[in-house]
Amino acid sequence: MLSIRNIVKQYANHRALDDVSIEVEQGKIFGLLGPNGAGKTSLIRIINQITAPDSGEVWINGEKLNPSHIAQIGYLPEERGLYKKMEIGEQMLYLARLKGMGKDEAIRKIKFWFEKMDMQTWWNKKVEDLSKGMQQKVQFVATVVHEPKLIILDEPFSGFDPVNAEIITQEILELNKKGATIIFSTHRMESVEQLCDHIALIHKSKKILDGSVKEIKNSYRNNTFKIEYHANGSDFKQNSELFDVNSQLETEEGNQVRVTIKSGKTANDVLAWLIPQVHITQLTEVVPSINEIFIQKVTALN
Amino acid sequence: MNKTLLIIQREYFSRVKKKSFLLMTFLVPLLFIGMYALVIFIFIKGDDNVKKIQVLDQSGIFANKLSNKKNLDFQFINGSYENAKKEMLSSETDFLLFVPANFESSSNIEIVSEKKPGLNIVGDIEDQLETVLLDKRLIQAGIDTAVINQAKPQLNINARQITDEGEKDASVGASFVVGFVAAFLIYISLFIYGTQVMRGVIEEKTTRIIEVIVSSVKPFQLMLGKILGIGMVGLTQFLLWIILSAGLATLAGTLLINDDETQTKVEQMGKDRAAAAAPGAGNSDSEMFNNFSKAATTVDFPYILGTFLFYFLGGYLIYSALFAAVGSAVDNETETQQFMLPITLPLIFTFIIGMNFIVNNPDSPLSFWLSMVPFTSPIAMMIRIPFGVPAWELALSMTLLIGGFLFTTWVAARIYRVGILMYGKKTSYKELAKWFMYKE
Repeated sequence: MLSIRNIVKQYANHRALDDVSIEVEQGKIFGLLGPNGAGKTSLIRIINQITAPDSGEVWINGEKLNPSHIAQIGYLPEERGLYKKMEIGEQMLYLARLKGMGKDEAIRKIKFWFEKMDMQTWWNKKVEDLSKGMQQKVQFVATVVHEPKLIILDEPFSGFDPVNAEIITQEILELNKKGATIIFSTHRMESVEQLCDHIALIHKSKKILDGSVKEIKNSYRNNTFKIEYHANGSDFKQNSELFDVNSQLETEEGNQVRVTIKSGKTANDVLAWLIPQVHITQLTEVVPSINEIFIQKVTALN
Repeated sequence: MNKTLLIIQREYFSRVKKKSFLLMTFLVPLLFIGMYALVIFIFIKGDDNVKKIQVLDQSGIFANKLSNKKNLDFQFINGSYENAKKEMLSSETDFLLFVPANFESSSNIEIVSEKKPGLNIVGDIEDQLETVLLDKRLIQAGIDTAVINQAKPQLNINARQITDEGEKDASVGASFVVGFVAAFLIYISLFIYGTQVMRGVIEEKTTRIIEVIVSSVKPFQLMLGKILGIGMVGLTQFLLWIILSAGLATLAGTLLINDDETQTKVEQMGKDRAAAAAPGAGNSDSEMFNNFSKAATTVDFPYILGTFLFYFLGGYLIYSALFAAVGSAVDNETETQQFMLPITLPLIFTFIIGMNFIVNNPDSPLSFWLSMVPFTSPIAMMIRIPFGVPAWELALSMTLLIGGFLFTTWVAARIYRVGILMYGKKTSYKELAKWFMYKE
């Protein structure tokens, strides 16, 4: 769907993007991750044709990026903004028509979304009369009203209360189900694992990691398990051939231990060793969160 | 192009629908007409407050020779000065004019009152006294005053201008007024509408809607749409003002003229003035009216209006592009000051030079060059046009104005496209130059 090839963007005295290439597949939810100032917004602006790259190309559905693609892209910028004195309905209509929609169709779609988002009564209100959360909802509708095939959301949940954030999440998933490809730019990793199929990590204007969330997580597994148990009087004996104990914790509910299993051995072997000695209540594999991977990657590079 | 049209529409209607626009549109002509009506009203009604003046003329020269006017009522009395003073204080008489017998040698005529007399009352009385005295002295010298009045020359130079269409009356006064008004209107409106463009750009930047918009249209389209939309607001306002003013003026005119009483009053007053004015004091009011209406007909209004609209538009396009660039470079209005000076300076400079120099020397080299340079020509040329400008000069100036507009728009657009996406940075002139040099 979207192919970003060797993009370089140089500003006067710093390089915002350095040879960044990303492939986004049709119908996926793609997470564009990176700390503040990494170059995410620069990349998004290039996809939106707000700025042009110094070198490199962007292709959409096998076509080189050109003004005809504007109608296919919906963009929710990180810095939200609407005309404060303009009536909501009129404003929606204006934005939709700027994206190339016909007047009648735009009105129909706006009415559909207003009903869906429970904002029918807002048509004649002005933006300045709405709460911040309501403004966010309006902005979201403005982003998707022209049924874009590619939706780019820059920090979509900032400024939403949990209830509205959930509504927006559901809407995003629904749009995705209907075939829209979604690019999701954020530095808040929790939201990523829940939503994204693929991610790319950008740090200091370079892409440092790229792939499906599952694969990335798998590649960062290191045979670490968390075991919860009740010690029946005495604790279990160590077995350095089977595992190393990383940490041990005693709580009111019982004991907790983190172990790294030696290569060649399995969790089953460890359980076989432990079961005769203690009462096991839970065993889970410790898979690093994207956040941990992110921090690990970034600190390793620094 | 279609999207630019949408932007023009929004910019236009969002402003025209505002209450402040309607208010301005109706209030300004009303204010003008109101002022005009007030002047006429005062002129007709005059000072209703009639002043009673007792004249104690011990010389006997002025007895019954002072004529009552609309606000002066003379009463001639006899008696002693002291008694007259006391009487004046107790009665309703406002002034006591005391002419001693020996006033010609000692010039000690006095006017006594409780309150200070107005300057024009004293002047009026002085005029009348002088006229009477002059007549008396002329007669004493054996000169017939009737002969003198007849011999008094009444000169009025008719300025005539030779043009392609033949000779025509050239009224310098009317040219002056028309040029002044047109230049002033352009000067003011360039500021008003230029600032509106700048505010619009800053609004889009501070509300951050700019990012949504430029993901749909090119920054240049947005800038152009905004400039054209607001320019049309300006034209609409001018058009409404012209129509409303013309309508109201006609209405007021018919109402006033149809009023026979008023008309006779105006005529009567003209005669009064003419009769009362010291011989040789110049035009009477009715003559002034005549001259003015005659002068007004020498002005080619469609031509002036056409060039006015052209220079307003041209000047507006040049300056609003610059204002847009300034708006894009700052985060809020208070920061605009450092960039405003080089924009407003040529305007203020031309206006001052225009009002003091060009009106007096419409054909001097300085006037010529100021009316050629695109940044100054909208004001300078408008002052010159009523005096008559050769067609080639006008054509050259207009061409240069269009060229200047294209050039400034190009420069402004290059700054604008970068500026609108820059937040939270204090911008310097160096930075602007850097933005200008950026590639797409």
